[in-house]
Amino acid sequence: MANFASNPLYARRRRADAVSKGLAYAATAFGLGWLVLILGILLVNGIGGLTLEVFTHDTPPPGSDGGLLNAIVGSLLMTVLAVLIGTPIGVLAGTYMAEYGRHDRLSSIVRFINDILLSAPSIVIGLFVYQIMVAPMGHFSGYAGAVSLAVLVIPVVVRTTEDMLNLVPDTMREAAASIGLPRAHMILRIAYRAARAGIVTGVLLAVARVSGETAPLLFTALNNQFFSVNMNAPMPSLPVVIFQFALSPYEEWQRLAWTGALIITVTVLALSIVARSLTARK
Amino acid sequence: MSEVALNDTVLRTEGGASRAAVLKRLRVTDNLFRLLTRNAALFVLVILSGVIVALVIGALPALQKFGISFVFTEVWNPVTEQFGALAPIYGTLVTSIIAMAIAVPVGIMVAFFLTELCPKWLRRPIAIAIELLAGIPSIIYGIWGLFVFAPFLQKYVQPFLIDTFENVPGLSSLFEGPPYGIGMLTAGLILAIMVLPFITAISRDVFDAVPPVLKEAAFGLGCTRWEVFRHVVLPYTRVGVIGGVMLGLGRALGETMAVTFVIGNAHKISASILQPGTTISASIANEFTEAVSDMYTSSLTALGLILFVITFFVLAAARYMLSRIQKRGG
Repeated sequence: MANFASNPLYARRRRADAVSKGLAYAATAFGLGWLVLILGILLVNGIGGLTLEVFTHDTPPPGSDGGLLNAIVGSLLMTVLAVLIGTPIGVLAGTYMAEYGRHDRLSSIVRFINDILLSAPSIVIGLFVYQIMVAPMGHFSGYAGAVSLAVLVIPVVVRTTEDMLNLVPDTMREAAASIGLPRAHMILRIAYRAARAGIVTGVLLAVARVSGETAPLLFTALNNQFFSVNMNAPMPSLPVVIFQFALSPYEEWQRLAWTGALIITVTVLALSIVARSLTARK
Repeated sequence: MSEVALNDTVLRTEGGASRAAVLKRLRVTDNLFRLLTRNAALFVLVILSGVIVALVIGALPALQKFGISFVFTEVWNPVTEQFGALAPIYGTLVTSIIAMAIAVPVGIMVAFFLTELCPKWLRRPIAIAIELLAGIPSIIYGIWGLFVFAPFLQKYVQPFLIDTFENVPGLSSLFEGPPYGIGMLTAGLILAIMVLPFITAISRDVFDAVPPVLKEAAFGLGCTRWEVFRHVVLPYTRVGVIGGVMLGLGRALGETMAVTFVIGNAHKISASILQPGTTISASIANEFTEAVSDMYTSSLTALGLILFVITFFVLAAARYMLSRIQKRGG
């Protein structure tokens, strides 16, 4: 043993091992440190402004107090519409890939393209919807905002639906087939039921992704200083209001931006934790 | 569950309809549903082609006017309607390179920690915490970067960098000029924090997939933990790690809001990474709603097209590599 320890090669290898382990600890602390730092500062700056007024008053003109009611309502409306558009398409596409064409060419192409859409820059989706909706209609609208968010919802739902249906045991499908149940009915009544928690997870993850998205809304839904539920007109949203207020020179607006940032972060993190626990239970 | 389905079908048959009619109805709905799902799958392809077609049509006026020189021109003048994409492309690449230079080694080391060093009970909480970092919306990174991180860099880090490298040939121009706080370095650092979770998550997954026999054999030869990781795990998972890195790069290239807050939106190319610049996505986010002329809008759309093409190839390469390692693992 003593012989080994005095061997310079042996000592050098031990040292390299210790150093790299130390670096790995440091790297992990570095990564976790940012999370603590960002959330901590968000809490410190946002919690002070978190009053009832934020939820009951509209965004104020510069220099006066107000809330974020119109922005919150706008965000909710567009997110709900985006999920209503995106979920059926996403679930059906995922169903095709997992149930009908598990190994066919179309499925592998769609899977590939879907994965690319999943991480495509969201600002490009905004440009796309601007071209197909805003420019032809001649004005910005909540509908355009919702459609651009729906384009972001679809890939998330497609992916999770396919994954979750693939987890359903084939014996269940065979049992259904053996009693003469056509495939569509097997999917609707058995596969969907077995994969329900997973599909709901996908939708929740999609909502979490979409509710913080700013870039695609900038030139689709634009913004609106006033309360509006007319989706055919420009519509405010929480992220866009944060963007506008944070970059403004007014202290009241900046404070509201921090509060809005806190609201969004809490919502998004809560959604992703709920989504995770839904599937973790199984 | 199958009982429910069976009862349902039987009940309807007893309802009076003939067996043939029931079968026919089942066949029709069966085919309809199949068609519906197939069309939904095709719709995903339609979206992608739609994005490309719409961007090309939108970008056409600018591309026709400026031609290929659009990509190589630095001028960006809305007044004279002269537009070139060089500065945003440069900014996009530089910020992404800074981000990857930090996030890749750190991400791989975190994954090394999670798969080899971390006690079992701590693995899940840490993995979830790192993934929460990925879940924070980019606008939050933006507002945090602008109000907290940039002032910190301006006060402490940037003066230090300027002083340290002042007399180092080659590096002095890289860290030159007044410390603005905002700029390319700040944007790159924030991007590094944002892509770190992606690289960590994928690296951890591929490290976990290494057959234990390989690692045990190396331990049996007397390798240290680091040597096993460096000479067995990493070579075995190289393709997957590169795939994860490319995926992170795809994110960094297209990231918009966090960068828009801290980049400074200056259409110029500076040697110093402490100076303000712009990226493709930040230019679009900052200027699109203010673009009054058609040529301005079209030039910004052309920028979007360039961004989409670049990220498409980066992400496609990432997916290709990840699918290769999946095939080997499965």
